[in-house]
Amino acid sequence: MSAPNADPFPSTYRPIPSGPVAIRNATILTATGPAIPNGTILLRDGKIVAVGANVTVPSDAQVVDGTGKYVTPGVIDTHSHLGVYAAPGVDALSDGNEMTSPSTPQVWAEHSVWPQDPQFPRALSAGVTTIQILPGSANLFGGRSVVLKVVPSRTVQGMKFPAAKYGLKMACGENPKRVYAQRGLMTRMGNVAGYRAQWILAEQYRRRWDKWLVDRKGDPPARDLAMETLAEVLRGNILVHNHCYRGDEMAQMMDIAKEFGYSIKSFHHGVEAYKVADMLAANGIAASVWSDWGGFKMEAMDGIRGNLPLLHNAGVKTIVHSDDANGMQRLNQDAAKGISEGIGLGIRVPEDEAIKWITLNPAWALGLDDKIGSLAAGKNADVVLWDKNPFSIYARAEKVWIDGAMLFDRLDPSQQWRTDFELGYVPAPKVWKNEK
Amino acid sequence: MRNEMRDVRRESGSPPSGLWPLASGLVRALLLAVVVVSTGESQTIAITGGRVHPVSGPVIENGTVLIREGRIVAVGANIAIPPDATRLDATGKWVTPGIVNVATTLGVVEIGAVEETVDTPARGRGDAITASHKVWEGFNSNSPLIQVTRNDGITTVGVVPGGGLVGGQAAMIDLSDGSLTDMLLQAPVAMTADIGSKGEHVGGTRAEVLQRLRDLLADTREYMRRRADYERNATRELAARRGDLEAMIPVVQGRLPLVIDANRASEIESALNLANEFSLRIVISGGAEAWMVAPKLAAARVPVIVGALNNIPLSFAMLGARQENAGLLQRAGARVLINGGADGFNARNVRFEAGVAVAFGMPWDDALRAVTLTPAETFGIADRVGSLQVGREANVVVWSGDPFEPMTRAERVLVRGVDVRRPSRQDELMQRYKALPPTYRR
Repeated sequence: MSAPNADPFPSTYRPIPSGPVAIRNATILTATGPAIPNGTILLRDGKIVAVGANVTVPSDAQVVDGTGKYVTPGVIDTHSHLGVYAAPGVDALSDGNEMTSPSTPQVWAEHSVWPQDPQFPRALSAGVTTIQILPGSANLFGGRSVVLKVVPSRTVQGMKFPAAKYGLKMACGENPKRVYAQRGLMTRMGNVAGYRAQWILAEQYRRRWDKWLVDRKGDPPARDLAMETLAEVLRGNILVHNHCYRGDEMAQMMDIAKEFGYSIKSFHHGVEAYKVADMLAANGIAASVWSDWGGFKMEAMDGIRGNLPLLHNAGVKTIVHSDDANGMQRLNQDAAKGISEGIGLGIRVPEDEAIKWITLNPAWALGLDDKIGSLAAGKNADVVLWDKNPFSIYARAEKVWIDGAMLFDRLDPSQQWRTDFELGYVPAPKVWKNEK
Repeated sequence: MRNEMRDVRRESGSPPSGLWPLASGLVRALLLAVVVVSTGESQTIAITGGRVHPVSGPVIENGTVLIREGRIVAVGANIAIPPDATRLDATGKWVTPGIVNVATTLGVVEIGAVEETVDTPARGRGDAITASHKVWEGFNSNSPLIQVTRNDGITTVGVVPGGGLVGGQAAMIDLSDGSLTDMLLQAPVAMTADIGSKGEHVGGTRAEVLQRLRDLLADTREYMRRRADYERNATRELAARRGDLEAMIPVVQGRLPLVIDANRASEIESALNLANEFSLRIVISGGAEAWMVAPKLAAARVPVIVGALNNIPLSFAMLGARQENAGLLQRAGARVLINGGADGFNARNVRFEAGVAVAFGMPWDDALRAVTLTPAETFGIADRVGSLQVGREANVVVWSGDPFEPMTRAERVLVRGVDVRRPSRQDELMQRYKALPPTYRR
């Protein structure tokens, strides 16, 4: 970062030490190539060492039998409010939306995250290993996101994905104009004027600081937390995640990005993304969408179950996201709905492609596709063993590894994380046999 | 069944005509094709060769479901097929009764955030008691969400009012063609109450909420005993207005089930005690911690409406929420109904809720029953829908496979013998944008 405060809340995450693990005889969906039947994956020192049909298992490796089971990369969710809208959903824990001004790029989601939110272990139990926590969508500029590993920790710093870029949450449409109808904005044109006014200020701020950083002449310019965030976006160091339902508004946001020279990494909640799929593909913008949730407000009316396959077919980086602690645990099922609807539309998306919707593509949108999102030698060992094909409704994550350490085992209650909050309040887990 | 509903005026809505000028030839062809193969009510239809799940009995491999004039006239392995019958080959397919989504706002809430399309909850007079509220009177049979829902194999929905201490009366509605009058199966089927939500007009403590409900039940009895005095203004003030007291009569008589929203184990136990005290027929809904009191629910023969996609301790009353809830209740011998997708847009997703219940321990047959026959029995319509039996309405779905799997598609959806699968508004949008119309290519 070129701002004066390079990293004031640095990650303290370290992988949990673990021995080598080999999962054998499983169907492996790598998210980089065709499915590997009867495959083996070897994890060592937090990394994936080898994946394939013929992998030699060293004698010191703990062997996990994957017969009849599936292995995928850890599931990644680009859109979550875990920790900032924690459970139970009481006012005292409602820390996700700084609804004091339409423009609050100065707030950082990590400063609201409660690491003891019991939603974290439930996400992990569903195979979710990396999540982006975003501020809410009341504001045009909601604040900075943070990318977390879904791991037990006393502090948010202990969950922060090392070296992950920050995101900037922006929001279009109904929410800002509804929230600020009495105090500022009340129309979509007001929204757009609001974005542009801030970018104009941010551009001035960036120029002033960048000049000083080169010249070092005189006192540094005054710091402004809001402008620091926006200037970092203009420098390409913070990724834009833009809540935007309607296709026509996405087209306008793309123009605003061009006017001020920044990139939008992903639109979120794009229930109408399929209407502008060609534009998203041409501009290299990912679409983070639900499979079929919509209809709850005017701008969500045109949600369709065919969104995922239509986007995929148009060459858009297609992502299933949740925005919901329950939905986050079913991203695989949502992807299956997308595959199924695609068949009805005559668009065949193979399972080894659709798996990217919940792994490699969200990794790309977070700028982390060199580290996570697929099963390849050298990548972080974030791995899920599913008891069945993950596109089946009956599939459950059985074991979950993050950086090579097994952090969840459905068959062993002692390997199931319970937050401080849960002790005494939430009944302890038992092994529930599936007697299907 | 009450007769007032016959007076319900149909909402006249115009079709979304604006869509047509741009409708692609493909969509029109699709519409025509479907209309042509639509099976009329007067026809005889034989669904043959499928794996038939009657729910009321064991699976029939290579079974036949014979339908005449909108009703099922035979189900079995060796059914003689009349020569005039239209045959629907279901070889390799699964055949089930139409799915019942027991608790929705389909047709009464179109777009949650657009007030003019929202017809629940009732406002009442500030006392949170709106027992006289007949939610189905606000039902819009022209809602495009009905087509979306039935295309996924949902053929019957419960339309349920929300809000307040006593929200009002629910109805069961077939997703057939026609107006509300045609679609209404039975109304009311239940009264709704909520003892788990404190609130300004409801009560400040759980005990106060319960006491208000007790007062209402007691005063309904008082009203029944002293109706003449009431008409002469010779009674003390009662706990609700006249219309609401009238509406509560079948509840205190034990004729109309009272669906009680309760999540915390203690709230569920309170509901059971209340049912004992007043000899009510109750159904628990919500039931996040129902598994903790499963034996009591089973012993009291109180049905429980639960979802399976919720393991989040969303409130202090739901700390025990877990996905095994339905399966644990089932194994304790309780009667389980599975719901999910309460709003119209998501009503179709209830079949996935049943699938997740299976993944977390509910036997598959019980899960199918929990979204078909058990809700029909609980709300008094099992003689009409919920199973494939002779004499029942021909609400039948032919699935490409296991109905709980997302990859499975509902290939035929018969409601009262008519194939109602047609392109929904969502299908039209999909077709339009699959190949961009020329006017949109800029």
